[in-house]
Amino acid sequence: MQSFFYDRATDPAHALRLGQQTGARFLGGGTNLLDLVKGDVEHPMRLVDLTRIGLDQVSETANGAVRIGALARNSDVANHPLIRQRYPLLSQALLSGASAQLRNMATMGGNLMQRTRCPYFTDTAFDMCNKRMPGSGCGALKGYNRTHAILGASQACVAVNPSDMNVALAALDAVISVSSPRGERAIPIGQFHRLPGDTPQVDTVLLPGEMITAIDLPASPFARHASYIKVRDRASYAFALVSVGALLDIDNGSVRGARIALGGVAPRPWRVPSAEAALTGAALSDASIKRAATLLTAGAVGLKDNQFKITLVQRAIVRALRQAEGSV
Amino acid sequence: MISIGKGIDRLDGRLKVTGGAVYSAEHTLPRQAYGYMVTSSVPNGHITGFDTAAAQAMPGVIAIMTPVNAPRLPKQETPPPGVQRNPHLSLLQDDRVHYNGQPIAVVVADTFEQARAAARRVVVRYAQEPAELDFKAAQQHLRKAPSQPEKPADTNRGNVRGGMARAAVKVAQTYHTPLENHNPLEPHATVASWDGDKLTLFDSTQNISGVRKVAAQTFGIAPDNIHVVCKFIGGGFGSKGTTWSHVILAAMAARMAGRPVKLAMERTQMFGPVGARPMTEQRLQLGAARDGKLTAQVHDTICSTSFVDDFSEPCTTITRNLYQSDSLQTTQRMATMHLGVPTYMRAPGESSGSFALESAMDELAYALHIDPLVLRLQNYAEQDPEKGHPYSSKSLRECYRVGAERFGWARRNPAPRSMRVGNTLVGWGMATATYPANRSKAKASAVIRPDGTALVTSGTHDMGTGAYTIMTQIAADAFGLTVAQVTFDLGDTNMPEAPVSGGSQTTASVGPAVHAAATAARDKVIALAIADAQSPLHGAAPTAIASADGWLALRSDPSQRDRFSAIIARNGGQPVTADSESAPGDEKKQYAMHAFGAVFVEVHVDADFGTVRVPRVVGVYGVGKVMNAKTAHSQLLGGVTWGIGMGLMEKTEIDARTGRALNANLADYHVPVNADVGMIDVSVVEEHDPYINALGAKGMGEIGIVGVAAALANAVYHATGKRIRELPITPDRLV
Repeated sequence: MQSFFYDRATDPAHALRLGQQTGARFLGGGTNLLDLVKGDVEHPMRLVDLTRIGLDQVSETANGAVRIGALARNSDVANHPLIRQRYPLLSQALLSGASAQLRNMATMGGNLMQRTRCPYFTDTAFDMCNKRMPGSGCGALKGYNRTHAILGASQACVAVNPSDMNVALAALDAVISVSSPRGERAIPIGQFHRLPGDTPQVDTVLLPGEMITAIDLPASPFARHASYIKVRDRASYAFALVSVGALLDIDNGSVRGARIALGGVAPRPWRVPSAEAALTGAALSDASIKRAATLLTAGAVGLKDNQFKITLVQRAIVRALRQAEGSV
Repeated sequence: MISIGKGIDRLDGRLKVTGGAVYSAEHTLPRQAYGYMVTSSVPNGHITGFDTAAAQAMPGVIAIMTPVNAPRLPKQETPPPGVQRNPHLSLLQDDRVHYNGQPIAVVVADTFEQARAAARRVVVRYAQEPAELDFKAAQQHLRKAPSQPEKPADTNRGNVRGGMARAAVKVAQTYHTPLENHNPLEPHATVASWDGDKLTLFDSTQNISGVRKVAAQTFGIAPDNIHVVCKFIGGGFGSKGTTWSHVILAAMAARMAGRPVKLAMERTQMFGPVGARPMTEQRLQLGAARDGKLTAQVHDTICSTSFVDDFSEPCTTITRNLYQSDSLQTTQRMATMHLGVPTYMRAPGESSGSFALESAMDELAYALHIDPLVLRLQNYAEQDPEKGHPYSSKSLRECYRVGAERFGWARRNPAPRSMRVGNTLVGWGMATATYPANRSKAKASAVIRPDGTALVTSGTHDMGTGAYTIMTQIAADAFGLTVAQVTFDLGDTNMPEAPVSGGSQTTASVGPAVHAAATAARDKVIALAIADAQSPLHGAAPTAIASADGWLALRSDPSQRDRFSAIIARNGGQPVTADSESAPGDEKKQYAMHAFGAVFVEVHVDADFGTVRVPRVVGVYGVGKVMNAKTAHSQLLGGVTWGIGMGLMEKTEIDARTGRALNANLADYHVPVNADVGMIDVSVVEEHDPYINALGAKGMGEIGIVGVAAALANAVYHATGKRIRELPITPDRLV
């Protein structure tokens, strides 16, 4: 581990100032970035610790929307009454991630920035990883790829986004608020994470020096019908093989609106609006669910070790929608 | 009061939960520096050069030891019998790389972080050569496994061809088990310190005397000059039974740096240089008559081994011993790969072998339309099938009966997929477990102090198994003292020598030595009392005197009694000491000695996702006399839990191009978490074994894992109708 400077910011403005220094990186709970620093994968010159700047509250804003401070801990958010009542999908997704100890440390903003678990990325002894060393090639494409992407990948990178939280945020149409010396901007979650294309080293649209301040959740008509299904190799403390966040707005037996986001299958939470549209205007049926699952996985390409994910995620979509329908 | 058998709490428990137990890496010596290993990133080839200038210039760096400047070790003579050969060590004496992750240099610095940072700046240049990293391809050049005692590479009895021809039903299938790494919670660590020609090693090891002998042999110095200490071990499971490279490298680095060196391995470094359970491909052929009686068994095992040294996973041992059959043939072959040398891992042979044999037995039961338990009873071995020896004791029939009853096996509908509840496919499976009752020579020393308390020492180990506690109980009963009056100490080569704590043999080996030393010391005090005119026991026959709770008393009149402390005080006030040596005799030539058990499992398989959960396991075992009910229960519980991991999760993924482990951390290398494990009901049946050793203990460290993976696979078949012949049974195999 190289030496680095450590700054402890006292308030958001201070943090933003510190964050403009050369080579600075913001530090939340440290559950991902510090591991990567110890592993020689990340080499920050300066860490700006945000955990004492506030911005850790969950609060109601106008018209039934909710704002989550970027520094709120995953466990606090998962157990917050506003989240449990209005956004149970987010609560479920957060609680399915990592371990209790990690959730107590991890922040919401940090989780948005969580990097892939692809072993070719996390182990520097591998000399192929375009995300870590642009231009070196993708080790997973022709290597071990059981846990890798079936959607949205490129020849340059087939890694998946590991976060459960992001899947729920995607389904909930969350908006990410960020600050920089140039001002504030709001980024819809669907635009926050990038597909790899030829530049897999860039995970998100966040610019250097920009700091995540909050996650805004719009008022949701989906609170009564939410289901997060996570299929994994062991019952807890495992990343998703596939996961599905499903939300339904059911009026008198008929689906008025639907949101479905997939995890574990793509470089970012995967949504397909046409699949959601295919579910609306009628009661949920085996046929409509199958149509949605087909649309959601359109273009899916299995690699050597992960063909099974295509079938598995389709089944998880069915389960999630049926469970959401029945959940009260 | 007899304390043997009682489930008293671990005597070292408080130390461990309060952080008071000092583990190897927690020893810090004056002027100590830190070593960090540089490991290879290619699987095969030569190192053509190092660029160490940048690393050497980094803060705190004291030395960088590479094959170029490492101390030359004396040419290795063939070691005396019982001492491990050394070719499997990587001691920087040449530029060869045989596997990815091999130690190739050590950086020594003032702090761990400095050493690690500098190690990462060491540039290594290689001339790579093609590597054999495919198990199937490696099988084109099979080699016969070196024969070990009791484990010949090939065995043959009866007429297999005839037996197969006569069989009404045959099963012929191939089973695969993957590479697995032990992953004890405590990583390997050594602190090495030289004082002239004398070397002290604080090492996390299951074999302090082995470390001493290997270090003596390697450095060419007298064993008496080497002091090895290991008071606590955070799990070993076989990975700390061998003296690995890092132990010697720490001592070499300490000599080079002129300072004590602490070399603690990181988790990621443990996937290669400290052993693994090898991959196996096992071909099982069973032939049976209509009534289920086996007419022939053939078990051909191929396991992966390394180019560094050979290790063969003795999978066929269980097949040679478990069932009566008219004929049997077994072979052991090795496929050589560019991976670290494999080694013993909890129930070596039996755990992997039982997956194949006990899966095949289940397949045979279905082919015969016979209940799997009934099939096993049909082939129950009343004596050792190979040698014809009687068993010193065998309670397997009772294990089957009790296990089936506790599990409710009789209620099983044998039809696959017959027990579905909604989306959950319920399956019940069972398997037999067995493990040999091993014993080696061990020594112990006892002292009864003038205050009537006692100390017993033996250079053995407590890997978390409970040895501190068990040996104290054994000694207390032999002295006739209370547990509180007795201290047992271990883990130091200055103590009487004990064998490697492996093969489930510690209790059976060290226990009798402790018992003998304590008994001998007690007898000396009895002799003092008999000769002492002031003692109420004066003139009594030794056999007329019993000892208990710190008193010696006449058996015929317990009111005539005398305290240990009083007797010693009246007779010179000096500590009373006794030494013992205990070893197996000829009993193994007359009796077959094995522990047995039966394991029953229930699985819940998600019909859509293929995820397997284990709501309950029943395991019943015959392990001779249990020394401590609580630690014994924990041993079996841990073994079964690991069996669940072996069955459903564990596999070291190796990159096919570089031979490097891809999941070398505990987030990605899966072992069961609490949520994966339901109720585990383990128990033992009463078993009296008068032949095995003075204590009647067979050992139980390993048998708990045996059979669990097969029982799970059998239950998965029952649940789903899918026969999975390759471990681990992950969801993708069932989708």
